[in-house]
Amino acid sequence: MDIYLIEAIINGILLGGVLALLALGLNLIFGVVDVVWISYADIVMCGMYAVYFLYAQYGIPLPFACLIGIAGSACLGIVVHKLIISPVLDSPPLNQLLATGGLLFFLQSFATLLFGTDFRNIGVRLPVLEIATMYVSFARLIAFGVALVGAVVLYFFLKKTYTGAAIRAIAQDREIVGLMGIDQRRVYLVVSAIGGALAGLAACLLALQYDVHPFIGNTFGPVIFMICVLGGLGNMLGGFFASFIISLIIAIGGYYSSTELSYVFAFSFFIVLMFIRPRGLFTP
Amino acid sequence: MLSLASVSAGYGSFQALFGVSIEVSRGEAVGVIGPNGAGKTTLMRVISGMLPMSDGSMTIEGQAIGDLPAHHIIARGIAHVPENRRLFPRLTVEENLRVGAFIPSARARFAEQLDWVYSLFPRLKDRRAQAAGTMSGGEQQMCAIGRALMSKPKVLLMDEPSAGLAPLVVQQVFDLVKKIRAEGLTVLIVEQNVQQVLDVVDRAYLLEVGAIKLSGTAAELKNNSFIRESYLGL
Repeated sequence: MDIYLIEAIINGILLGGVLALLALGLNLIFGVVDVVWISYADIVMCGMYAVYFLYAQYGIPLPFACLIGIAGSACLGIVVHKLIISPVLDSPPLNQLLATGGLLFFLQSFATLLFGTDFRNIGVRLPVLEIATMYVSFARLIAFGVALVGAVVLYFFLKKTYTGAAIRAIAQDREIVGLMGIDQRRVYLVVSAIGGALAGLAACLLALQYDVHPFIGNTFGPVIFMICVLGGLGNMLGGFFASFIISLIIAIGGYYSSTELSYVFAFSFFIVLMFIRPRGLFTP
Repeated sequence: MLSLASVSAGYGSFQALFGVSIEVSRGEAVGVIGPNGAGKTTLMRVISGMLPMSDGSMTIEGQAIGDLPAHHIIARGIAHVPENRRLFPRLTVEENLRVGAFIPSARARFAEQLDWVYSLFPRLKDRRAQAAGTMSGGEQQMCAIGRALMSKPKVLLMDEPSAGLAPLVVQQVFDLVKKIRAEGLTVLIVEQNVQQVLDVVDRAYLLEVGAIKLSGTAAELKNNSFIRESYLGL
């Protein structure tokens, strides 16, 4: 096999890690709160700005800047739930979409107002590794590793803790959980904070590879939604695997043609699959 | 122990319960029988806090609990086995039981309660790692009862435990109820299966169109001519 193709495949898998993290967050929120956060990728944008300003402007060491960015994104998740989601919880889904869609425009416009449309880079130059004559971006390797660790931590949290069990229970029967002493509203807040934190973690990892600007969310947002729907909305494992399918299509497509066309391939694949498996690739 | 005084409740402008008074003493098993739509499930939902009452009062061991939401009621010692079991189908049996032990006081003695539930229902121990939704109806009912018992309740509410089960399994479910009674638990059970429920309870109330029409010991009700004609078909 062509060595450049293998390189493209490796980079595709590495990209999939971060997408998987975002798909997990979005699916978690959808599965539990039953609202689609259209503006999820823009929480990532806010997180990236936080890391940029903390590290590049105020000189806070990168690990601390990242931790603050993650904590800040978690708080943003709570604020979004309290201010935007909570009031429309009982509204028709369309109204919920409009509310979170409105937040998307609000965040993008607000970021433009505050920071302008400049592309900003945190200026960390990580080396490109040469492994067996293939070039692999170190930043992507870190992003992949950290994203995988994040996913595993989330898995054990959901599997092993009382709160985790409550979160999975509420996703299966929200009406009944009160009988077990579970306060729905508190679980919603916890889940929104986790979703925000995952977006924050993804923001740290993406800030290493991409410039931040007010519309960076548009680069990932549609792809993440496509991944979630492909894996079956609310199906966390499905979304996780779909991330790698899509990132591989993008990587391999990009290798054979161009980056722009590779997205065309990915979305075409998605559209065709929606005809074959409308409820998602991994939904029985 | 559990006392309801002229409780009324409903859904929007529809009133389902009209001044219902019920008394359950410690260690007693009490049945509420009545036809479909009489308000039996509504009564259960009111007691466990899923539905607010519009009038009346409710106490457990003398403490008013009428205004508490469901997630606080269970901490006062009332556990509810809902109609149709309502297990979390994709969680394993043991995970369902873990959710049942969510309240802080129950978490502290999780292992102890789990052993107790497994000794009551050994079948659940065999199936501990199985997804709850893949079990048979009778096993699911066991799991639903076990989940409620995990909080170590003072009063166990059971809403139509025999609903939707095969006749042979129905008898097994009533055997489970006897088993729980033998543990000294206080039980309030709602059933359409009048004959069988009167065999396992001490006393019963007849609920019709949202109001208590009759009450008495199980033996009295079994011999009551109205019950015999309308509910036992004798």
